[in-house]
Amino acid sequence: MDTIQSWINVLFRPQLLIATSILALLGFCRYRKFCTQNKFMSAAILGFPLAFFAVSALEENFWIQFKRPDNVPISFMLWFVVFFIWLAMKKGVENDDRIAEGRPVYEAEPEEEEKVFVWPDLVYTELLCVLLISIMLVAWSILIPAPLEEPANPQLTPNPSKAPWYFLGLQEILVYFDPWLAGVLIPTFIVIGLMAIPYIDPNPKGNGYYTFAERRYEIFIFLFGFVILWVLLIFQGTFLRGPNWNFYGPYEYWDVHKVVPLTNVNLSEFIWARLLGVGMPSFWLVREIFGLLLLGLYFFALPVLFAKTLWKKFYLQMGLIPYVLGSDLMLWMLLVPIKMYLRWTLNLKYFVAIPEFFFNI
Amino acid sequence: MMGRLKGWFSDFTRTPVWKSVFRHKMPKDPKNRALAVLTNVFLHLHPVRMRKQGLRISYTWCMGGVSFFLFLSLTVTGILLMFYYRPTAQHAYPDMLDLMESATLGLMREMHRWAGHLMVITVWLHMLRVFLTGSYKPPREFNWVIGVVLLVLTLLFSFTGYLLPWDQLAMWAVTVGSNMARASPGLGVEGPGSQLMAVGGVPLITAGSDVRFVLLGGRFVGEGALLRFYVLHCIGIPFIFVMLLATHFWRIRRDGGISGPGKGGPMAM
Repeated sequence: MDTIQSWINVLFRPQLLIATSILALLGFCRYRKFCTQNKFMSAAILGFPLAFFAVSALEENFWIQFKRPDNVPISFMLWFVVFFIWLAMKKGVENDDRIAEGRPVYEAEPEEEEKVFVWPDLVYTELLCVLLISIMLVAWSILIPAPLEEPANPQLTPNPSKAPWYFLGLQEILVYFDPWLAGVLIPTFIVIGLMAIPYIDPNPKGNGYYTFAERRYEIFIFLFGFVILWVLLIFQGTFLRGPNWNFYGPYEYWDVHKVVPLTNVNLSEFIWARLLGVGMPSFWLVREIFGLLLLGLYFFALPVLFAKTLWKKFYLQMGLIPYVLGSDLMLWMLLVPIKMYLRWTLNLKYFVAIPEFFFNI
Repeated sequence: MMGRLKGWFSDFTRTPVWKSVFRHKMPKDPKNRALAVLTNVFLHLHPVRMRKQGLRISYTWCMGGVSFFLFLSLTVTGILLMFYYRPTAQHAYPDMLDLMESATLGLMREMHRWAGHLMVITVWLHMLRVFLTGSYKPPREFNWVIGVVLLVLTLLFSFTGYLLPWDQLAMWAVTVGSNMARASPGLGVEGPGSQLMAVGGVPLITAGSDVRFVLLGGRFVGEGALLRFYVLHCIGIPFIFVMLLATHFWRIRRDGGISGPGKGGPMAM
């Protein structure tokens, strides 16, 4: 039993968890028909999270984190995210089959296009929803009291200090990026990127019905951002990050004295000290020139290169300005996992480190 | 027995009091059903008729409606909580204890907290549904933008409310969150570029004048921050939120109701 638990603890290390989740998402989209139309596979996808939480709740250390009142909605959310993505994909696959056969999508069936009166049909549904949610909310409030900790004390810092749960994905990114990026710029880009979606998406198809085949790139990119970079990182920040923001497996005791050796190296040190074997130049522009060039190539040369090769189709469809905006937001999004994996493999601290101006990337 | 009750009820519906409130009989024909929606202040944000597909829970997941209902529940429970709570360092925490120990049927704090967490989740799921059905596509582009603003405001609602219990969890979660403001480019004391904001060698951005100071009303999460967060939570954000919410709902109706595979034009009255 202990060996199984320690194996699962290893599987949940961020390096593996993020990689396997990306693979699972890719596999789900690739084998979407099998994953949503096959009864056993569907049951496995929807049942696995429930079974995992149910079995894990028997374990002492998991139970400590699971039973925290504020963590209860997060566990619910995880399952609902899986369920709704499965449901949308199931309906999308069914519609894609209809489109392939030349039939109208389900939402465009004559019977579905039929008009009904809002009074009473919709008002009735709304009333039922209101009743259901009220009952659930009152029951939940009776069963689980809201937590209240010790009075606020500026002299006593709790360990770990966690942001509110919905910001834990950003706090997780804070391990790899400085606050001006993880706490200010990246959230701003998320908001701008979300707002920009209708204006940079050139695809007129898939408006008002579930589909995957007609919008495969848009849907995959969105799910990558939402499931991997937002929901998964919240899960990780909630259940797998303990004292000193160290990583703890789901069945691991949160030991305050756990020591994790950290020797992170800047890109400039890699190049000047290790590769060229000379001292670090004192002027910041010379010192950081390689990092600045690298990021310059990443954000400015790569979109141009892709516009002529890999993303040529999108460039032609989108037009210049939406393409520049879309590709750079996309590159920012990809920089997050790229930097994570560079940290885990090469211990890279910063691409560009100019502490003189608080400018570290 | 039932017959007599029904008789009393129908007698009651003939009184001037009943008639002054409801004016009409239960609408059963198309014309009166349309009027029931159009002439009611609460219902008129709906269209009169809609496609059947828009009723399907498997299509809409009902997440937008549930988010709105949770917002209403939060408003009601929030108003009740305001009776018991004083946003000062001296009173906030003892008021929480009073709420838990002494208030009769003291479920309001629980309901407010759980509905708050839940609303964040339902708003996310609503966004996921709108994305996956492509409902942000023309003519609904700008309503998606309003929706994103509402999402940000929902998070700010929750973030400002997080501080109010004034316990360790509240204070330190808000400390972690608001420390980020210190690193804002150009505006935070530790943000890149803020050294450039100086006049004659005197820096404009200091720990006592940067964006974090504005947010917290002080150099750390103290009584100033508690009052600011309270005012934002109860007055400031709701004010903007309700206006945007009304616009969001109105535009749904103007853009043809719940999205569907038609040509995208207005499909309902």
